[in-house]
Amino acid sequence: MSRYAMVIDTRTCIGCGDCVVACKTENNVPAGLNRDWIVEATNGRYPDLTTEFRSERCNHCSHATCVYSCPTGASHYWRGTNIVLVDPGKCTGCKACIAACPYDARLIMRPEGYIDKCTFCHHRVEVGKDPACVSTCPTNCMHFGRIDEPESLVSRLLRERRSKTLLPETGNQPNVYYLV
Amino acid sequence: MNLNRRQFLKLSGSAAATATVAGSGLLTGCSSGPRRPGTGEIASSPTICDICFWKCAGTVYTENGKPWKVVGNPDDVHSNGRLCTRGTGGIGSYMDRDRLTKPLMRVERNGKQVFEPVDWNQALNFIASRMRKIAEEQGEDRIALFSHGAGGAHFKHLLKSFGADSYAAPSFAQCRGPREVAFKLTYGEGVGSPDRTDMENSRCIVLIGSHIGENLHNGQVQTLTRAIENGATLITVDPRFSVPAGKSKHWLAIEPGTDIALLLAWMNVIIGEELYDKDYVNKNTTGLPQLARHVRPFTPEWAWLQTGIEPDKIRASARDMAAAAPATLIHPGRHVTWYGDDTQRSRAIAILNALLGSWGRPGGFYYQEKVKLPKFPLPKYPHAKTTEKIANKGKFPFASSGVTNAVIDASIGEDAHYKGWFIYGTNLPMSLPGITHKLRQAADQLDLVVVVDIVPAEVIGYADIVLPECSYLERYDDLRNSPERIPSLALRMPAFEPLGDSKPGWWIAKQLGERLGLEKYFPWNDYSEVLDWQLKQVGSSLEEMQRIGVKNFHRKTPEYLDDDAPFRFGTPSGKIELYSQQLKDAGFAPMPVYTPPQKPPEDYYRLIYGRAPAHTFGRTSNNPLLFELMPENAVWVNPIAAQRWGLNSGDYIRLKNTEGTMSNRVRVRVTERIRPDSLFMAHGFGHTERGLRLASGVGANDAELMSHVKIDPIMGGTGMRSNFVTLVKEEV
Repeated sequence: MSRYAMVIDTRTCIGCGDCVVACKTENNVPAGLNRDWIVEATNGRYPDLTTEFRSERCNHCSHATCVYSCPTGASHYWRGTNIVLVDPGKCTGCKACIAACPYDARLIMRPEGYIDKCTFCHHRVEVGKDPACVSTCPTNCMHFGRIDEPESLVSRLLRERRSKTLLPETGNQPNVYYLV
Repeated sequence: MNLNRRQFLKLSGSAAATATVAGSGLLTGCSSGPRRPGTGEIASSPTICDICFWKCAGTVYTENGKPWKVVGNPDDVHSNGRLCTRGTGGIGSYMDRDRLTKPLMRVERNGKQVFEPVDWNQALNFIASRMRKIAEEQGEDRIALFSHGAGGAHFKHLLKSFGADSYAAPSFAQCRGPREVAFKLTYGEGVGSPDRTDMENSRCIVLIGSHIGENLHNGQVQTLTRAIENGATLITVDPRFSVPAGKSKHWLAIEPGTDIALLLAWMNVIIGEELYDKDYVNKNTTGLPQLARHVRPFTPEWAWLQTGIEPDKIRASARDMAAAAPATLIHPGRHVTWYGDDTQRSRAIAILNALLGSWGRPGGFYYQEKVKLPKFPLPKYPHAKTTEKIANKGKFPFASSGVTNAVIDASIGEDAHYKGWFIYGTNLPMSLPGITHKLRQAADQLDLVVVVDIVPAEVIGYADIVLPECSYLERYDDLRNSPERIPSLALRMPAFEPLGDSKPGWWIAKQLGERLGLEKYFPWNDYSEVLDWQLKQVGSSLEEMQRIGVKNFHRKTPEYLDDDAPFRFGTPSGKIELYSQQLKDAGFAPMPVYTPPQKPPEDYYRLIYGRAPAHTFGRTSNNPLLFELMPENAVWVNPIAAQRWGLNSGDYIRLKNTEGTMSNRVRVRVTERIRPDSLFMAHGFGHTERGLRLASGVGANDAELMSHVKIDPIMGGTGMRSNFVTLVKEEV
């Protein structure tokens, strides 16, 4: 199966939020809701400090607890990939997936009430484009591609650089990687 | 009714002509998965972003006739196809429901002055008659233009056609002025905008109070991050652990106001240890012996006492700079009006770059080129009796552009020179420090105040007439022809019909021109005719540019200096002037001198302000997309200070300056990322105009707290970092 991953370089990410706005306009995400967001982590005491900025979103987990917990099949893997989508037509808004997601990556659409989330911009991926966030990032710190292909940029980056994922201990096998 | 006695006006519900915009409708009900955006009917057109002044070229998309998104044009050298946060949010400036959509006129109703919507004819006739009156009584030259943004050019043209040639923008005396003047004194030319910094090739970059990454000038961010990827050494000098500080090898948490001491100590090390580029300095500069003598006392140990930075760190960072030279960039910064000796500090930066041989070398500063684009043929402008230089009254001998604060001063008092103001896209009360009192005085005696803007910024409160311009997404403006690495033209064209009764700047200027008998300066029906003519002179056309948006040309001049060929710099000596005879002759120090800054009184903190990536000054605070990303600013407080005042993150406080001026309430952000003796806040918040329904009353405005402004005697800049504030807890 095609396994898509996002690889984000925290060394160059500046936490500017362009990815957030790009997602919002690309996907017409309603006011007050966001499919991606910025986390700023500061460690240490003045003046011995480190900071890390991260652009976060759904991890499109290879073992997606949201998909397995959905009682109606609305949460599903898209065309045999790891891209997790929600079918609004099947979603009853029960929120089991919200409880199951370790990343708090799901939102309740308003006013309709179904569950929405990052799609990895599957409508762009299927025509060979990067997700909107990746393609707009002014620092070029975001990369997207298939990690089941060893020669893809994302595979090479993960081989050559040290990386981490968020909450790997959940066993969800997340597919958003952070280069550190 | 005496219109000269101006009460400060804010929009009331009745006058605020509310904009209505087709909402971005959400399509639902697709049974096979979430909706795929972009599968409807798509249309696109080129634009140049106007959200900041980097002027990135992009493409505006609509889906099924509704505004969808703006993305960068891949052929554009300013953006490389990637707009920044604000540019991506640019579509929000069209969707802003508080946009001005009707001309507003100050009238008296029931003993109170209010704004009333009027039609264009009435507004334009009023302005033309006031302009004629000023011309008859005082002279055409007595009208000044404040401007910021591409569309200001139309009003500059109008006023020059009329015989008024006084122009000032905050981008000079409130921003880049000192560095432009300093670099011109040193190298014979300024840094310019976009900055000619060659960061993508730098091996060492030094940022002094410049927080690129929070300050989101697109090309600067892109090239800085390229340098980080390439493993360049970053050195950041900042009282705050800024975003780039977090990516730096050396963060020098300097005591605010002591930067010149550090720069002198760096020169001391680089000259003392003979780390400077001897061939380059011998060939290209003049004044090294004087400079060497001048900096000899300023050892790292001396600087330690001033800056708080350990001597070892000063030496280590200087050696790192020298090791990477000439691919070392001591970044000149952009907003550099801090302490009133800013031209001298910028001179120190210019000199340090010269010692390292970085000017005209890869990784330092490169030479830019623009397109030789003929001007549309028009009759010669009439002679203007005076220019804005008259406002300087013999002061600021090196001011190379209009000084906003001087023009305001020259509009006050019995001997006031100016009788009328045009204010284009410039929110004066938030752009200039502590200026509201003077603006009131000026407004009280001016015969005409015209504001042209797309939203009701606070400055409308001083206006007789407010003219609603349409946003950059709804109009043509001049072609972008900025100096860059490669010569390049870009087109802005309307993507949407103007909202309500708003109009493009070119249309407003032409209408006024016609009412003033200046038709011969406006011989077009549509401004696109001007662009088409210009484009045809350089082998393109409007039709082509409407398709491609950006056209790049081949360079004809070298990008870097030739080490083996002689080069004449544009200074009097033809050399890079480490010692400035020009400054000496005008009565200023020929080499930078350090003056210790004033210390804060007890319980007061130095107020430091800066940029946030989501906003451009206060211009975007009401943009719904950007407002959502960052609705308010917060005051950064070190935990030591927070404990002293019993504050937690999220608490509301007010800031009070040494004169007792109190800010709007603002939230605290307790963070280790700021020195214990300083507070930081992003500029551009704390709007008071109620017509800005999102931004009004949210966050605090730094500009109103600046009662101590140190004027740079060399060029008139307003030093804004000399202000101290204390914290006042919100009463429960």
